[in-house]
Amino acid sequence: MTVSMAGALNKALADALDADPTVLVFGEDVGPLGGVFRVTDGLAARFGDRRVFDTPLAESGIVGTAIGMAMNGLRPVVEMQFDAFAYPAFEQITSHLAKLRNRTRGAVSLPVVIRVPYGGGIGGVEHHCDSSEAYYTHTPGLRVVTPGTPDDAYRLLRAAIDSPDPVIFLEPKRRYWSKGPLTDESLAFDRAVVRRPGADVTLIAYGPMVATALETAEAAEEEGWDVEVVDLRSLAPFDDDTVCASVVKTGRAVVVHEASGFGGYGAEVVARVTERCFHHLHAPVLRVTGFDIPYPPPKLEEFHLPGVDRILDTIGRLQWDDEVVAARRG
Amino acid sequence: MTRTQAPRSSPSRTSPSHLLPTEEPLALLRPDGTPVEGSPLVMPADDVLVELYRRMVVGRRFDTQATALTRQGRLAVYPSSRGQEACEIAPVLALRPDDWLFPTYRDSVALVSRGIDPAQTLTLLQGGWHLGYDPYEHRVGPQCTPLATNTLHAVGFAHAARLKGEDTAALVLLGDGATSEGDTHEALNFAGVWQAPVVFLVQNNGYAISVPLDKQTAAPTLAHKGIGYGVPSVLVDGNDAAAVYAVVRDALRTGGPTLIEALTYRIEAHTNADDATRYRTSDEVAAWLARDPVDRLSAYLTARGLLDERTKDDVAREAETFAAAVRAALNVDVEPDPADLFEHVYATMPAHLRAQAEFLREESA
Ligand SMILES: Cc1ncc(C[n+]2csc(CCOP(=O)(O)OP(=O)(O)O)c2C)c(N)n1
Repeated sequence: MTVSMAGALNKALADALDADPTVLVFGEDVGPLGGVFRVTDGLAARFGDRRVFDTPLAESGIVGTAIGMAMNGLRPVVEMQFDAFAYPAFEQITSHLAKLRNRTRGAVSLPVVIRVPYGGGIGGVEHHCDSSEAYYTHTPGLRVVTPGTPDDAYRLLRAAIDSPDPVIFLEPKRRYWSKGPLTDESLAFDRAVVRRPGADVTLIAYGPMVATALETAEAAEEEGWDVEVVDLRSLAPFDDDTVCASVVKTGRAVVVHEASGFGGYGAEVVARVTERCFHHLHAPVLRVTGFDIPYPPPKLEEFHLPGVDRILDTIGRLQWDDEVVAARRG
Repeated sequence: MTRTQAPRSSPSRTSPSHLLPTEEPLALLRPDGTPVEGSPLVMPADDVLVELYRRMVVGRRFDTQATALTRQGRLAVYPSSRGQEACEIAPVLALRPDDWLFPTYRDSVALVSRGIDPAQTLTLLQGGWHLGYDPYEHRVGPQCTPLATNTLHAVGFAHAARLKGEDTAALVLLGDGATSEGDTHEALNFAGVWQAPVVFLVQNNGYAISVPLDKQTAAPTLAHKGIGYGVPSVLVDGNDAAAVYAVVRDALRTGGPTLIEALTYRIEAHTNADDATRYRTSDEVAAWLARDPVDRLSAYLTARGLLDERTKDDVAREAETFAAAVRAALNVDVEPDPADLFEHVYATMPAHLRAQAEFLREESA
């Protein structure tokens, strides 16, 4: 079965609502409209307005009431309409959602999922294209995940809803309409995955950049590089083992993300890889990221977002020995 | 999940007058303890009134004991609620067993009155951990330090109860300053739209640290804020325990939201770290001391023959015994286990925290 990522997410929500009567879906416009991206399409009609409903337009209110509901035995799955519009809920997320288990020594468990359509590449105007992962991954107590394929979108969301910990579920909105197969494979919730095996260099990507990384690997193949692509899937906790096994094998790594580089998530990845794999590295680990600027207007976003060429150039700068390059290029 | 109880439909949009508070705060007792004639409130039963008195005396003694312990360095900080006992005790007594309380940092006396062990109540302020009690055991949410955030938790909790078909209401305590925070407005709005069974009790003690009410709001009263959200509002004399009990009890039973503004005063500074003489006069404090909630109820009960010297002595002794127990419990050096740092961050400890716990263990060996 081939589905779009939005379709896979929709199916995950429907199956979760079906499987567990304590699951609720709510937020802005998620009811009859089905969400501005239609991820909740048809759910209100099928499950009724007590399970799937629109709320007043207030993000702190959505997350804060979800916390109270979870304290009272329900499993809310809420939608923040766009990445930057989750910021009014930041206090509820960081001070309460992330910490209540810890503050109460485990007495209060908050199985809340916050779905955030994030990232650019859709021609959106300001505040509709932020990559906000670093804010969340910096907050202990949250799990932060992001799917790179429709199949992962389905399985990650089911796992997120089952999780006893709060999950920030970042949906790469520019990939909502990309299609792929749904499999029966099971998915370990906090594991990265090797999307494409390769011998020369590891490309570490997640969410919207997984497809770009795979495209890059294809293009690199034509130039003689054998690129391995690792899809992190779980940004927090971080799967050191899968990432390091790959880097130890290839000896070179490039991290790719859309968000600004300074203080960004890629810096964490580079630090971890360097700490663990230093003696296996033939070159410094490089990053390809968005510039350190507020997300640009639609007509400029192509200059900001990392694309295949920029990633290929960066791979080329990884201090390759001349002989290796010659051999690779036949 | 059962679905027996449908939420009430939205309140009438045509006649807002029933949402407005009365001009004067509702009261049952005058400051001198004589009854108010013609109050629309129903006077609580005699045994409830005596119990209110007893708990207020014990609560006040707990408060002064905690303040003393702060001076001795046993607590990192203590926000006193002296003078606000009617707002701390009466709502707790009005709660039905299944109802939940969502308190703030200032409400330790309310927690003690809810039956939580005083040492557990003070764990947060003592610094041993962020919370000392199990919320589910006592049906009390964690004391909330970020202002107003607990209002939304209460609304969500109450709405969930409704969705599950349970007859549980939530009572959330907040201060006058907290009514300016966005979360209070979002919570009132959600509660109005959902008709969630939540009682918002604003303890208007006149100041948010140093900022007086007239710099906090231009509204005629804080209770007036309910009307914009379709939430019925009540203005009550917050130093009249009988009246606070009556309005909270009634509000908990409406099945929908209520906003209550209780007019009261904090006699002590904001916390032990605050200098209240910088922003208020001793005349003002003296005027409020004359409106003391414990004296008021005591005068009424004495006049009614419900409180004699012997009972007063018994209650005073009980308060002393209680304070001694608090002292003994807090006069011990807390040695928290550093391993606790890594527990309960997630449901199961992830690898990186296991590694950090191991690192700390070796470092401190
Ligand atoms: C979101 C937030 N901002 C600021 C503070 C710092 N702060 C602690 S208490 C307080 C005043 C609160 O006043 P009020 O709501 O009237 O409650 P009271 O202390 O009088 O009980 C402030 C500003 C805080 N705790 N939370």
